[in-house]
Amino acid sequence: MWIFILKRLVQGIFTVWFIATATFFAMHNVPGDPLLNDRATTDAIRANLEAKYGLDKPVMTQYGIYLGNLLQGDLGISFTQENREVNDIIRDHFPVSAILGILAVLFAAAGGVLWGALTAIYRNRWPDYVIMFLVILGISVPSFVVAAISQLFLVNVNELFGVTVLPVAGWGTVLHMLVPAMVLGLGTMAYLTRLMRSSMLEIISSDFVRTAKAKGVPPARIFAKHQLRNAILPVITVLGPSIAAITTGGFVVELVFAIPGLGRYFVQAVQQLDYTVIMGTTVFYGAFLVFMVIVVDVLYGFIDPRVRME
Amino acid sequence: MATTGTTIDSDESFAKSAGKQLAIYALYTLIFLAVLIYVFSIVAGRTGGGASGGAVDFANNSITITLPQEPPQLDAGRSTDASSFVVLAHVMEGLLAYDDNMQIMPGMAERWEIREDGATFWIREEARWSNGDPVTAHDFEFSWKRNVDPDTASEYAFILYPILNAEAVTQGDLPKEMLGVQALDDRTLEVQFAQPTPYFDKLVAFNTFLPLQQEFFESTNGRYGADADEMIYNGPYVVEEWVHGASMLWRKNPSYWGDHKGFLDEIVTAYITTDVNAKLNLFKDGQIVETHLLAPMLPEAMEQRWQIDRVMDGTVFFLEFNHREGRVTDNWNLRRAMQLAQNSDELVYKVLKEAAYLPAVSLFPVWIQGLNGAFRSEYPPVEHKMNLELAREHLEMAKAELGIEEFPPIVFLTGDTPISILSAEYYQELYKQNLGLEIRIDVQNFKQRLAKMTSGDFDVVVAGWGPDYDDALTFGDLFASWNLNNRGRYSSPEMDAQVRIAQAELDPENRLDAFGEIQRIVYEDVVIIPMYERGWSFVVDPRLKGFKRRSIGPEVDFNFAYIEDTED
Repeated sequence: MWIFILKRLVQGIFTVWFIATATFFAMHNVPGDPLLNDRATTDAIRANLEAKYGLDKPVMTQYGIYLGNLLQGDLGISFTQENREVNDIIRDHFPVSAILGILAVLFAAAGGVLWGALTAIYRNRWPDYVIMFLVILGISVPSFVVAAISQLFLVNVNELFGVTVLPVAGWGTVLHMLVPAMVLGLGTMAYLTRLMRSSMLEIISSDFVRTAKAKGVPPARIFAKHQLRNAILPVITVLGPSIAAITTGGFVVELVFAIPGLGRYFVQAVQQLDYTVIMGTTVFYGAFLVFMVIVVDVLYGFIDPRVRME
Repeated sequence: MATTGTTIDSDESFAKSAGKQLAIYALYTLIFLAVLIYVFSIVAGRTGGGASGGAVDFANNSITITLPQEPPQLDAGRSTDASSFVVLAHVMEGLLAYDDNMQIMPGMAERWEIREDGATFWIREEARWSNGDPVTAHDFEFSWKRNVDPDTASEYAFILYPILNAEAVTQGDLPKEMLGVQALDDRTLEVQFAQPTPYFDKLVAFNTFLPLQQEFFESTNGRYGADADEMIYNGPYVVEEWVHGASMLWRKNPSYWGDHKGFLDEIVTAYITTDVNAKLNLFKDGQIVETHLLAPMLPEAMEQRWQIDRVMDGTVFFLEFNHREGRVTDNWNLRRAMQLAQNSDELVYKVLKEAAYLPAVSLFPVWIQGLNGAFRSEYPPVEHKMNLELAREHLEMAKAELGIEEFPPIVFLTGDTPISILSAEYYQELYKQNLGLEIRIDVQNFKQRLAKMTSGDFDVVVAGWGPDYDDALTFGDLFASWNLNNRGRYSSPEMDAQVRIAQAELDPENRLDAFGEIQRIVYEDVVIIPMYERGWSFVVDPRLKGFKRRSIGPEVDFNFAYIEDTED
């Protein structure tokens, strides 16, 4: 087991290095110029800005410096937020994205497993049809539409009651989180519901369930131990990458609900060609994704001992 | 038949007990989530903004507003973005400032004198920093010298060029001590000009001219402006709390010298968002005091019986030709043909349909002041009439001059905002129909568009220009051959001569004549084709009074704002 984890960790470090390198060279080959702004600057000022960010050195030297700093955990200073370090930006804003993301994933996982199991139990009856119809909606309607509609809904609810039942936007209390997290998790929830349903259906018609029934095991126990526990495995598999995808993909939701998450900085940095922030957040997100995949692999071993054996 | 019956029966009962079990799990999950959310909200309280008490809070004499984006930093010498300008306009004050009617009024300086060769400002005795230190002439001298220092790399250093030696210092040719500004004593600031600068009073209201206390600046170790406690303030408000990316709290500055500004105890910028729909929802929910409205929102606003105001935001948008040699757009006949084949009325009224936009007819926007009234009524722009016949004649002449049968596709460089893409597509269709010209639209994001503009990789670019200070020159010198912002590299001795007059002429009437000439040259030589002047429709909470949206300076101005209960 430890050798397995160690192997995955080494692979992970190699992957992160590859991400860092690819981002660096892609960044320096993107057309456009991070130092250009609305008001044109003189050559002297430009030269000083280049010196400040080390852009006056040859690309390979810059790459060396960048990797060296990265090893020490220093991601550099933002081009647009001139007095802020990328480390500070990540430290300040990633927790917000993470809280929102984890909550969204929990909504998605809980909802997905429960709805999926429900549709499987009541397959081809009306709860199944209703939920599967909603699932298709959830998968196909993009999150910015859902976000905008749910915000409008909140406004109307507040108007109806005459007080602020749930805040329309912002961040800070429980009430601020509920709706954005649900919106963010909706797509994944829909996807997990379908996954859970088909996985359940497969298990329901399997031999060991029939045997259990024949032995006269109580239905609730068959459902909980034999069906649910086996059917949940594929869901766990996609959960890790989903956490990373949701945590890093919340930009639209963050924008609509004015949430101070990292996603907004990431997208702005790409638009502004803020080299250090782009590279910093990409490497950070990359490392995060790799880490989550490793965690899932290890968790998998605990849930299904057969995996550990291999 | 009997077997099937039992199967269904046992299925039913299985589903029932499984469903019960599932319901129990669902209950557990709900409890678990509730606990978790509670824990998270405690953690998030430390990363989020101060949840506010609604748009208007009479108990705390406070209002809540939005900012379009997080200010990158609040070091006035290096700020370039609209959000920073808004914050700085409330927490800092220059030698002179704008009153609530967009006129220059005394700020840190109680009186001033502008001469042919320089200017003197007398700082008021009661001017104080937020730490209680007096604001002195030395603070201005230090700040200005720092801003032209190439080490500071201020992108707005050029705006100090009217001061003696400023340009040479930014180029690194002279030490910064040679800048023509000197504090004669604590309260007298002496400025020497590189050339007569009759509009210098308007200039010093701009951010790059704000003061900076040397002692405090040096104590921050290069982090000046990065955080609320790494700045000191001399405006009517101070930034008391700055949660990055989330919110700011501005509090009334007790050290501020005057009582004509800063009537609120607190201003909370609780939301940072550019999403106009989100802003509208916040406004409807009574969380923010004002928001701007786009055309599709107007019917609903009417229904709500809101008082809708309009304001010009100051910016003029135009098609800028590439005048570099070898470009087809260097040919006057082609430019003239394109000018004659369009009319900005159609673009604004039929295509963009934004109620607050005005069709542009000149480089100078409608709100620029002349001698006694509006500049444009004293110097009316050349009257433009669409004339397709004449346009086609010019097009034929252009073909003859260039020795070509057909024009190659003309590259329209444009930004990626919906409005600029829509405009570019409008011209694409227009020129195809009216002149048979093929237009190729090149959509680029902000930085890439700038890179192409700078290197000249375009024929026509959809561009805009906003004012820095309240004088016609902020537009007038744009197409001087030496202006770096003249991205199409337009160059004509006649234009340069007029710009020189506009820069240095002391007689106001002769100076305005020069702007009149510039306006004429821009039209007759078809330097650009004006598209529209941008404006906003906006709605304000009726309990907020004295709020201003501006064409110059900060977009929104709460310096003179106060709240009043209007409920019956």
